[in-house]
Amino acid sequence: MNRIVELFQKQPERNLNVYFTAGFPNLADTRLILRVLQEAGADLVEIGMPYSDPVADGETIQDSNQQALAAGMSVKLLFEQLRGMRPAIKLPVLLMGYINPVMQFGIENFCKSCQEVGIDGLILPDMPFDVYVEDYKAIFDRYGLLNIFLITPQTSEARIRQIDERSDGFIYMVSSASVTGSQTGVTHDMEAYFARVNAMPLRNPRLIGFGIKDRATFNQACQHASGAIIGSAFIRVLAESQDLEKDITSFVQNIK
Amino acid sequence: MTAIQTKSVFSVSERGYYGQFGGAYIPEMLYPNVEELRQNYLTITASAEFQAAYEDLLRDYVGRPTPLYLAQRLSEKYNTTIYLKREDLCHTGAHKVNNTVGQILLAKRLNKHKIVAETGAGQHGVATATVCALMGMECIIYMGEIDIKRQAPNVARMKMLGAEVRPAMSGSKTLKDATNEAMRHWINHPTNTHYIIGSVVGPHPYPDMVARFQSVISEEIKKQLLAKTGTELPDYVIACVGGGSNAAGAFYHFLDDLSVKLIAAEAGGHGVLSGLSAATTFLGKPGVLHGSRSILMQTEDGQVVEPHSISAGLDYPGIGPLHAHLWDAGRAEFYAITDDEALVSAMELSKLEGIIPALETAHALSVLPYLKAAPNETIVINLSGRGDKDLETYMKHL
Repeated sequence: MNRIVELFQKQPERNLNVYFTAGFPNLADTRLILRVLQEAGADLVEIGMPYSDPVADGETIQDSNQQALAAGMSVKLLFEQLRGMRPAIKLPVLLMGYINPVMQFGIENFCKSCQEVGIDGLILPDMPFDVYVEDYKAIFDRYGLLNIFLITPQTSEARIRQIDERSDGFIYMVSSASVTGSQTGVTHDMEAYFARVNAMPLRNPRLIGFGIKDRATFNQACQHASGAIIGSAFIRVLAESQDLEKDITSFVQNIK
Repeated sequence: MTAIQTKSVFSVSERGYYGQFGGAYIPEMLYPNVEELRQNYLTITASAEFQAAYEDLLRDYVGRPTPLYLAQRLSEKYNTTIYLKREDLCHTGAHKVNNTVGQILLAKRLNKHKIVAETGAGQHGVATATVCALMGMECIIYMGEIDIKRQAPNVARMKMLGAEVRPAMSGSKTLKDATNEAMRHWINHPTNTHYIIGSVVGPHPYPDMVARFQSVISEEIKKQLLAKTGTELPDYVIACVGGGSNAAGAFYHFLDDLSVKLIAAEAGGHGVLSGLSAATTFLGKPGVLHGSRSILMQTEDGQVVEPHSISAGLDYPGIGPLHAHLWDAGRAEFYAITDDEALVSAMELSKLEGIIPALETAHALSVLPYLKAAPNETIVINLSGRGDKDLETYMKHL
């Protein structure tokens, strides 16, 4: 069974999904960060594939992308770094990134490499839903990869249902209309939106992302979903860290 | 703009593609806005009420039709017959305003009160700030930090027109990055704001919508050429291509007239192989940028390459999906014109015809020495903009 599906079956609540950019803060930190996140108690991990033009990202993640690219990170190198991570890494691991580097790697080739290193799912925010359904889904399925779609407060109920029907794993519930790294926290408007989605009801569990940064916002999110995703706040910790092992551990343990 | 379009192999498909290029590769955060536009743009722009408002503004505010001018001394020099489509005489000094007038009327009918836009050379920024002033709408323009420096007069014009100019500090700090910032702004402000893209790029329906608004250029060329020469078809239409909005407009009504050779001038920068170039069709391959699949300058890993051109308006690593399709299908021929060639052509047109062209436009003129057209052949060059904004660059080369 896919590790993402298995996780939500065993543990339907309070799942912490942590995002980090591959190759940041140093080119060779990928495996170390993965291992420490697992030991510290993260439940899922999203590894960002850096891109030159990340339009859905705010400054923090943009900067980490640029720094990683300048250091020499690429899709090819990331796969080399991840080779052999299983079975020591037991967490579900997803790759997140923009569609162009994946296309250039070759969709089939990319999915094959994902399967070989033990990737469970993909988040490709600028991949159109119709292109996925018509062109890519069969390939993703063949290599056991779940594609995770985003929904926002502006996504219509009909579209949420379409996404829920055609995807597995979880749905990435973007908390507010913004790029990543917003500082808003969980507002009253968001709670109404979470309640509306929860009442639908849906097949897939949801994780809330964007604006989740600490224990308080994580706890708030967990009242409305199966857990939450932290990205920019974690990148800021990595950027300032003198001791990754210690700082990652305390960041995760402070939240859970 | 023509209300009824005949379907051609060069028209956009239902799903937003030109051949293998186009589509809407956007994050979910942009989907509702883009979808709202997609569902409404054809109905709104086809309505008699919209058409009347658009035509009134094009005539009385923009100053259309723009002249089709027989450039006699330039024709003598190249021993052929050259007409210049004078888009430089549009209000604000370039063709960009054809699109912004259309989009602001559309934005009003979609009940949007705020406008965001990107700009490279500043012509689209000025054209957007202009129509926002006209309609009393709030206007935010993103412009690359480097472009802000090299196109200072246009920055001043935008400010005078009441727009807020925000520098794009990421990446190459030029048009590509200004577009990223404008898209991020739209993500952060999903209601009440309309994004006026300035070229035939972006997610469907933008490339088609902008091409339609610019198609007034070729619609007029046909009528004017018929009146002047007895035939509405020239042998060549030449235009410069950054994203490609003026070329899309100049080519539009000739796409199915296969006897008309369509020629696109890209910015070769220091030379196609110099590493400092923006000649997308020479250096790019299929990829996704700013919401559509097109030809894109990129590394093997799919990272977008930072382009170079002396002209801020052509300093872009992609081209619109329509142009990618024209290139792929062999319908248009592409030339890479260097910075130096463009400067020579700008000086030449100034001295021969008393017209100072924009640096972008100068690239189109630079195709002439390569063309070897016969004396009885007719060439139409889209003179997309005037050169006032480029005086600082020109003065260095006088």
